[in-house]
Amino acid sequence: MGVRGFGATPAEAFAQTALAMCAAIVDPAGVRLEQAIDIEQQAQSLDLLLLDWLNALVYEMAARRMIFAAFDVSIVGERLRARAFGEKISRDRHAPAVEVKGATFTELAVCEDRPGLWRAQCVIDV
Amino acid sequence: MDSSRFQKLSDNAWQIKPFGAMRVPAIIYASESLLAEMDDKVFEQVTNVAMLPGIVQASYAMPDAHWGYGFPIGGVAAFDPAAGGVVSAGGVGFDVSCGVRTHLTSLTREEVVSVQEELADALYAHVPVGVGSEGAITLDEPDMIAMLNGGAKWAVEQGFGLAEDLDRIEEHGCVEGADPAAVSDHAKGRQRREMGTLGSGNHYLEVQTVERIFDHATAAAFGLERDKCVVTIHCGSRGLGHQIGTEFLREMAVSAAEHGIVLPDRELACAPINSELGRRYLGAMRAAINCALANREIIGHLTRQVFARFFINGELPLMFDVSHNTCKLETHEVDDQARKLFVHRKGATRAFGPGAPGLPAAFARHGQPVLIGGSMGAGSYVLAGTTESEARAFSSACHGAGRRMSRHEATRAWGGRQVVDDLRARGIIIRSPSMRGVAEEAPGAYKDVEAVVDCAEAAGLAKKVAFLAPLICIKG
Repeated sequence: MGVRGFGATPAEAFAQTALAMCAAIVDPAGVRLEQAIDIEQQAQSLDLLLLDWLNALVYEMAARRMIFAAFDVSIVGERLRARAFGEKISRDRHAPAVEVKGATFTELAVCEDRPGLWRAQCVIDV
Repeated sequence: MDSSRFQKLSDNAWQIKPFGAMRVPAIIYASESLLAEMDDKVFEQVTNVAMLPGIVQASYAMPDAHWGYGFPIGGVAAFDPAAGGVVSAGGVGFDVSCGVRTHLTSLTREEVVSVQEELADALYAHVPVGVGSEGAITLDEPDMIAMLNGGAKWAVEQGFGLAEDLDRIEEHGCVEGADPAAVSDHAKGRQRREMGTLGSGNHYLEVQTVERIFDHATAAAFGLERDKCVVTIHCGSRGLGHQIGTEFLREMAVSAAEHGIVLPDRELACAPINSELGRRYLGAMRAAINCALANREIIGHLTRQVFARFFINGELPLMFDVSHNTCKLETHEVDDQARKLFVHRKGATRAFGPGAPGLPAAFARHGQPVLIGGSMGAGSYVLAGTTESEARAFSSACHGAGRRMSRHEATRAWGGRQVVDDLRARGIIIRSPSMRGVAEEAPGAYKDVEAVVDCAEAAGLAKKVAFLAPLICIKG
């Protein structure tokens, strides 16, 4: 399943890609923003940073039994600092459709399609 | 795919001669119509695999092949460590040792149908399914290490399963060479409360009836009787395997150049078998195989508990347990020489034929059971490994129907409730936490499983033994 986010900056595009990934699991409109989790990542390139960002979210959701639906992301150079907001996942209330196993290198790209329009994308394994 | 791009070897085998950086040919086992239905990415991926160092004989794709990550799903490739061969995290995939087991019952279709709804409810309540579900077992560090070393054998020692099950599991329920120290704390952390959970997506627990038998002698050897019910469980190594796949894929992709490996696709991330990284991955991947074997053994135990509540004769002896996403050290004949090779099967099943070393005595005459999961509505097949399969693709066969439609396309075509109601009208009861998940797994989203197994049989990969029709499907 492919996920793609757009934004005026890489950080905005990263936040939108994360939202797309979580939307593959549940309807984000039904997620309460009750808990915040801080995430920090650093990588040698923006595309690897996107991979690490999405996989960090996959790990936090799995280990904490959480689902996220909002993201505050900042990227300086190749360092990402972010806060993900969400709540404990409920089988009855959220009716999660799939489990994301991991973000992949397939179709992995972070690029500025035109000035001020960044695209961040990859295929996730579900 | 356009068949003119291939050299036709037979009605069910198509070869791509080496070009560019390919070291060996690529061979796709498919009928002309299955080949036409395959996406072009299979061509690209099966030829990319043929470029990897140390590959032996050919890069193969099974009849259910479709676009995967790096390797096609349904891809088989063997590597020789003595020839600089590699082990590829991309060639195993994220769900390490995802596989299928089938339990036999002495119950007739009528006996199960008489309590069909109640049995479905009880299985759905007792077996943890879906995203975020937790098992009743919490593993501390010593338990985790014992489980990663012991596999299904560990589960039996803990009281989850029967000692006689172990002879009906590949590697007798425990693969050697697991290295829990190579498994990260993150991977162990994800698994602490996931033992005995089914997962989601295409994972399922089905109660099925043996509707047709094609090979009576082999079916009898496997314990399959017409109109009797069986239980089939499809799941893998859960969060632990996913995390191992994620971490090693990245590490192998980034370090490939240091090992002098040119990757045609980063998803083919690999390392020399005889390298520190290669050995560390093998240790972690084998630990994940043991995790999957333990997980399926525990789910089998939970299923037995439910059946014991409903039926006096509710024993569920294990017929066999097979894994789909693995890299295993095996001995194969290549140019009349026995060679020890690391065989990657991604979305493919080992299909050892009659007389193969290591097979349980019950299967020595007929070959090992090859369990082919279909969709919720189409049913499943039991095949058996053949002698010819060794020369075809290192004793490998297909693993399922294979998707023909993306999840997004499926949700546009069907609603989950509609799928559940349609199947109920056909006598199949579905339980799932997610109607969208059901729509994504709709029978129409998959290829025709009958065409896939017919092709596997015609190509000599495996022979048909029995057809299993679903009665109850618990979807994750």
